[in-house]
This record gives sequence, C-alpha cells and structure tokens, in this order.
Amino acid sequence: MSLLCFKNTHIAALAACAVLGSPVAADEIWVSNEKDDTVSVIDIETLEVVRTIDVGERPRGITFAKDYSVLYVCASDSDTVQVIDPDTGEVLHELPSGEDPEQFVLHPDNRHLYIANEDDAITTVVDTETRKVVAQIDVGIEPEGMAVSPDGKIAITTSETTNMAHWIDTTTQKLFANTLVDSRPRHAEFLKDGKELWVSAEIGGTISVFDVETQAEIAKIDFEVDGVHPDRVQPVGFELAAGDTHAFVALGPSNHVAVVNAETYEVEDYILVGRRVWHMDFNADKSLLFTTNGVSGDVTVIDVAAREAIKSIKVGRFPWGAAYRPTDS
Amino acid sequence: MIWLPALRAIIWREALRFVHQRERFIAALVRPLVWLLVFAAGFRAALGLSITPPYQTYITYETYIVPGLCGMIMLFNGMQSSLSLVYDREMGSMKLLLTAPLPRWWLLFAKLMGSTTISILQVYTFLAIAAAFGIDMPLMGYVTALPALILAGLMLGALGLALSSFIKQLENFAGVMNFVIFPMFFLSSALYPLWKMAESSRLLHDICAANPFTHAVELIRFALYAEFNGPALGWTLLATTAFMALAIWGYDPARGMTRKRA
Repeated sequence: MSLLCFKNTHIAALAACAVLGSPVAADEIWVSNEKDDTVSVIDIETLEVVRTIDVGERPRGITFAKDYSVLYVCASDSDTVQVIDPDTGEVLHELPSGEDPEQFVLHPDNRHLYIANEDDAITTVVDTETRKVVAQIDVGIEPEGMAVSPDGKIAITTSETTNMAHWIDTTTQKLFANTLVDSRPRHAEFLKDGKELWVSAEIGGTISVFDVETQAEIAKIDFEVDGVHPDRVQPVGFELAAGDTHAFVALGPSNHVAVVNAETYEVEDYILVGRRVWHMDFNADKSLLFTTNGVSGDVTVIDVAAREAIKSIKVGRFPWGAAYRPTDS
Repeated sequence: MIWLPALRAIIWREALRFVHQRERFIAALVRPLVWLLVFAAGFRAALGLSITPPYQTYITYETYIVPGLCGMIMLFNGMQSSLSLVYDREMGSMKLLLTAPLPRWWLLFAKLMGSTTISILQVYTFLAIAAAFGIDMPLMGYVTALPALILAGLMLGALGLALSSFIKQLENFAGVMNFVIFPMFFLSSALYPLWKMAESSRLLHDICAANPFTHAVELIRFALYAEFNGPALGWTLLATTAFMALAIWGYDPARGMTRKRA
C-alpha cells in the first residue's frame, strides 16, 4: 500500500513545487562505498544514483559541514580525512586525522572534527580551519562510535574491544568518565536535547541508554527478529525520527531495521532491508530514511510514516555511511 | 435473446453449488492459507537476496508467494469445476445442458465464466485474510489484479474443460489431477522465482518458463503491484485460446465424448 502512497505524495510534492514556482530541490544522499573507494550520490526525487565520485581508500565515515559547503570523508586506508567540494566532487585538501580514521563527528561549532582512530586507540581532534591536530586523547582499544552533545560540551568515543563509552570534556579534551556497555559498541547518539546518550553494542545485541547528567545506565534495549538467529541481530548505526520520538536502528546481518519507541524503549517494528545494514540518514523532513546495506551493495529507502521499505538502490561495493545534502543551499 | 439468461443461469448454478458446499469453500481457502502461514513462515528469511520486478526492494517469502497462491486457488478451482463436469456427465445433467438451443462454445464459455467467478471470489477472500495478517499489496493493486485474475481463471478453467472432455469416468480424473495440478504448480514461479530455479537446473528453469501457469502467476504478480507484464499477458492469452479451442473440439458432438460414449 505504501508504495502507491509514496508515489502519490511524490507527485503531490512535485505538483506543489510547480505551483509555488520554486525550483524542485532534488536533495541528495551521499553514500561512502568502502570497497570501491567511491562515494555514490543518490537523487532523493528520482531515487537513483546520479553521480559517483572517486575518493581515498576505504571511505567509511561521511558527513557534511553544517552549512553543507564541504564534505568530510574518512579515507581509512589513506589515513586521512578528505575535504571535498560537493559541487565539483573534487578533493580540496586533506586533514591530518591520525591513523585509520573510521568514524568522526563534527562539533556544533562547525570547526572541530572528533575522529576515532581504530588502530591506535586514540581519538583525534582536528581543527578544520587551521588543519591542525588540536588534541589526541587516549581511549579504549578500537575506538569507533563518535558523538558530540548538542551543547558541544561532551564528546563520546566508544571502543569496540574495551566495550566502553568514553566521555570527553571538550573544553579540556580530557576523559572525565568511562562507562561499560555491552560487547563491541559501534555507534553513539545524544537524544532529547542531550539528556540521554544511546550506545549500540554489535555483539551484545543491545542499546544502552545513559542519563547524561549522572552517566548512569537507565535502560537497555534488546532486539529479537522473527526467524533470525539472535547472533545475527547486531545493532550498529541508528538515527532519530523527527522529535526524537523513535529511533531507527540498523541490525547488521539480520537485514532488518528496528523502530524503537524512545519513550518506552520498546521495539515497535522491524523493517526488512538489504543485507548487513549498518548506517543510515534521513531526508530533510525525515519522511524517508536511507540505509546502507554493505553485503548487498545497495541503499534501502524506508517510508518512515508507513514503516515500510519502498525501494532498494544499487550503489558501489559495501556501502558504509550515508549523509544528507540539500541542494538548494 | 436467450444467450444471456443461459449465461446467468449457468453461473448461478455454479455459485449455488459452491455456496451449498461450505466445506469446499473452506477447503479452498485453507490450502493456500496453510502455504502462506505455515510453509512460508519457515522460509521467511530464506528469500530477499535479489530484487526482481515488480518488486522494488527486499520482500519476505510470504509476500513473494501471495500471487502464486492466488494462482493455486484458481488452478484447483478450475480443475474442480471440470471435475464437476465429469460428474454432470455421469449424472446426465450435462445432456440437458448441451441440448440447450445455443452454440456449444457459448455454453462452455458460460460454464467457464461460472467457475472463474467462483475462483475470483475465493482469491479476494484469500487476499483479505492475507492482508489481515499484514501481507498487503498497494491498494490500487487489488483493482488492477481483477482483469489478470479473470484471464488466469479463464485459462485454467479452459484447461480443466479440455481435460474433462477427454476423461470418461470420475475415477480417471484423480490421476489427471495429480499429473496436471502438481507439476503445473511446482514447475512454476508460484513458489520460487525463476532465477532461483536456474541456479539449480537450467532444464527446470526452461520447463518453468514454458509453463503457462508461470505466466498466469506473473501476470497476477505484476497486476497486484499495478504494473503491466506484456509477455505474461501474451502467453496467458495464447494458452487460454489454445485450451479453449481444445475444449470446444473435445466437446464437439461429431467427435468428442458423445461419439465415444455412443
């Protein structure tokens, strides 16, 4: 049913644009392809790949500057963060990132990148303006998940082998707390204006919810997909729907995305997507969600309201991260 | 004009017979529902590896087999109503029907429309139950599926009709059911996509691709997603015409069963 509704809303949106006389903003989703050393650009109107851009080796983490003027890509095997002009696709310059940058997060000041260096057990802080490393912070082994609180005061690194979330004070660039989570934490996000921190654990198969004020664990979310062995239910990336009411959680090789109620911490739905889903991003109004499915090499588009997958789009090999970009900016 | 009242009467007789046999209605629904809710549940995670039209994304096995099960309902129903023809013949009521002052092809067509109407009622009941279990199609698909279902019903009914013209006794019919229904159902795209068949055997794939039931199922599958499948339509039309011609030939008083029985 949703497919049709989707088509209709699409047509309606196009018609509305035509009536209002404003240009149709064909917003985009940018996807890093880990094994192809490319970034695929998906047009949100047509749901097709419109551009493929060559980047450094093994691109993983991908994010835009707050004003979408530049794209940052973790080129893990090139040991650098590339700064790319999204209009031309050209690499403008590279940032010193420390070894094997996997994931990063841009501070709300739009200037400092917090980068997880997977092989070095370090979190590197880079100033994107001076292109200098501001600080390197020792964290647990195999750091990966990165988050910064909305007020910019706290940065989080999760370490996959130490199984901890490390809390960094961004003014001193020092650790002020470490909290244990389940096995192999992969992703972290602040919710509800920075009151809660969620950390997903890939092997543990859970999401731990922390109260940011006290750093105490207040809830743990479990997942169970019908007909899928629990070992294959591996939460990795997750994103929050409009108003932080629900979280969409990628469950890796279970090939499903879970919809979690952010108030009750209960899982409400599971949506079938492509194989080994890891990360995702929304479109502008958060009506569509784009998930990267590594093994099947595609991006599944989810109708957020209907909670149904509507299309899967072939991209490069092993798509890893996804980032939204408006084109009318 | 006696043609239309005759058509109406024959359809009405089929409908009455069907409604009076409540077990038949339930049995006709239980069969596909067991496939959908028991068999498909076991295969839930097995599919979803490749996206083929009309699907745009990964689907569960339940979703995949719904069109095939619609076809299954029509296949069984087509055969069952032709079984009733053999019964009619044994009981003598067919003689009455065939002596009506109308062309024989029209009477056979009316009979066919009767069984197709019943099939379609069953299919929509099945689709409604499937939707209640969360396996639903685009809303428009339920409308666009109707012509596809009518054609598929006519094709399978015509096949049953053709078969029944060559079967002299009820006893023989069971064997034909086994030799027609099961191969037709299993050697089609109803339960597994053709590309999956090709993985195990090229020959099996080719047999499936030549099976008219495959094309009827694909026609229904596309129609359920409000999409058009030209080749499937062509094949189904062709098969319908061929089966219908065979049935008319089989029931031709000059050579068919009347002569044989005489």
